[in-house]
Amino acid sequence: MSWLSLSPVEFQALTLSLWVAMVSVVVSLPFATAVAYVLARRRFWGHGLLNALVHLPLVLPPVVTGYLLLVAFGRRGIFGPTLEALGLQLAFTSAGAAVAAAVMAFPLIVRAIRLALEAVDPKLEEAASTLGASAVKVFVFVTLPLSLPGILAGAVVGFAKALGEFGATITFVSNIPGETQTIASAIYALLQVPGQEAAVGRMIGFSILLSFGALFLSEVLARRMVRR
Amino acid sequence: MTVKLDIQLKRGGFHLDAQLSAPAGVTVIFGPSGSGKTTLLRAFAGLEPIDQGHVSIEGADMSGVPPHHRAVGYVFQEPRLLPHLTVMANLKFAQKMGRVGAGQSFNEVTDLLALRPLLERYPAALSGGEAQRVALGRALLSAPKCLCLDEPLSALDHGLKQRIFPYLERLRDQTKIPILYVTHDAAEMARLADHIVLMHTGRSVLSGPATEVLADPAAVPFLGVRAAGTVVAGQVMSPDPVTGLAVMGFDGGQFILPELAQPEGRKIRIRIAAQDIVLASEMPKGLSALNILEGVISDLHRGQGPGVMVQFKVGRTLFLARVTQYSATQMGLVVGQRVFAILKASAFDPAGIGT
Repeated sequence: MSWLSLSPVEFQALTLSLWVAMVSVVVSLPFATAVAYVLARRRFWGHGLLNALVHLPLVLPPVVTGYLLLVAFGRRGIFGPTLEALGLQLAFTSAGAAVAAAVMAFPLIVRAIRLALEAVDPKLEEAASTLGASAVKVFVFVTLPLSLPGILAGAVVGFAKALGEFGATITFVSNIPGETQTIASAIYALLQVPGQEAAVGRMIGFSILLSFGALFLSEVLARRMVRR
Repeated sequence: MTVKLDIQLKRGGFHLDAQLSAPAGVTVIFGPSGSGKTTLLRAFAGLEPIDQGHVSIEGADMSGVPPHHRAVGYVFQEPRLLPHLTVMANLKFAQKMGRVGAGQSFNEVTDLLALRPLLERYPAALSGGEAQRVALGRALLSAPKCLCLDEPLSALDHGLKQRIFPYLERLRDQTKIPILYVTHDAAEMARLADHIVLMHTGRSVLSGPATEVLADPAAVPFLGVRAAGTVVAGQVMSPDPVTGLAVMGFDGGQFILPELAQPEGRKIRIRIAAQDIVLASEMPKGLSALNILEGVISDLHRGQGPGVMVQFKVGRTLFLARVTQYSATQMGLVVGQRVFAILKASAFDPAGIGT
């Protein structure tokens, strides 16, 4: 067995991490955009509360977030029976890992998109409305394209966060090889056992490679958007 | 087509209470900054909520209708083009968003405003004047029932303004919708206005056909002394046989113009500022001035300052001249008196000559 070849467990951790990061970003992007729009453009009672709620996972210890997820979505949690009736189980499953990653990445994605939305000149939206564009069309044809670089930036930060999420994930879905073990929790597990330096090195190498790849991709996309 | 506005609103300590009715053609809303011109226009377009009143276009009540359903085209002080779209895409966007099957065609508008060479460019690559022309074209392509122009030339320098005027004049002559034009520039008003509404501290104080409002001495306090002056409409005649200079004929006489870049037979309008006219009670002799008109005083208006506004008629054309109280008393000016008006060469500013 060569130094570089992955064991099946390591390979699974790698693919699971990628899957978790991708799913969590793709699923949370529309919600994050909606929340960012509401926070950026609307003033209403409870604005501050919503803002605090969105940012909570950013300031809470990740273990606490994981525990709260367990309380909410665990088998005996608040929504556990409802989820079970729907045939869904989140705690200790890969789907749960995606949920944990999404919750942790959410505030970062919202922040990036909110900044981008706030940078869109409302005068342009006003001009579009005088041309006959409804609020929805103004959003689709003016606001969204102009904030696309920010949305992309949000997706990349979210992806990176989801890829490296550890505390909430291990608390909510544990560290089951082949089921919920991501790169981060695999490295953690490997570090508990002496003599696994080669495996640890491989996993770390791959996580560096993945992060660079994501950054490079976003840079290429951003450049393509700016070139006009 | 007619639009009617009756708008009351409060913003902080500012009260706007203005009424106007605008038929097809250009209605200039004139007043100093802070008089509520822009707020009035924005309220009309639905961009500013109103406390009371109503807005109607062609008799249809538009109060409370959101901006995108009002069909009011709006050109702002700055072009506000969508930076992520080419000029072509900006224009097509307006066409797609606007009323379907109404208004001018894409080719008509791009020809009218000479936009063809700009179509492939992005807004960032346009000059100020080009961008404002695109903004104008974009507003037209949304097929509006009324067009609002909010100081569209204020961000442009003098030379660029002069190059945009012909487009605005063509627009005025070729479209059949009401155009509301906000400005605080008297020359702009004189060149473009068919009708005038004067705004003062949030109220519409005087309105009517341009020639009447501008010749009304009572309008002077609202126009400001420098902006006071009449607009004379006429036609380019054959050049003066003695001097070879251009001649413009009007109802009551003719002017000899030092500079005129318009062909013979062309209908033109020219603004004569009140401060550029010197009055004499007898026919003056030995003057360098080319233009001396004989008229009859029809109105005298003593303001609060040291000046007196004298309205006089040459044929059926009205003029305003500003003289000092002292001169008015010395000359014993009264209504019905015969006067001679001497026009300074500076009265014929090429920038004030429109078609």
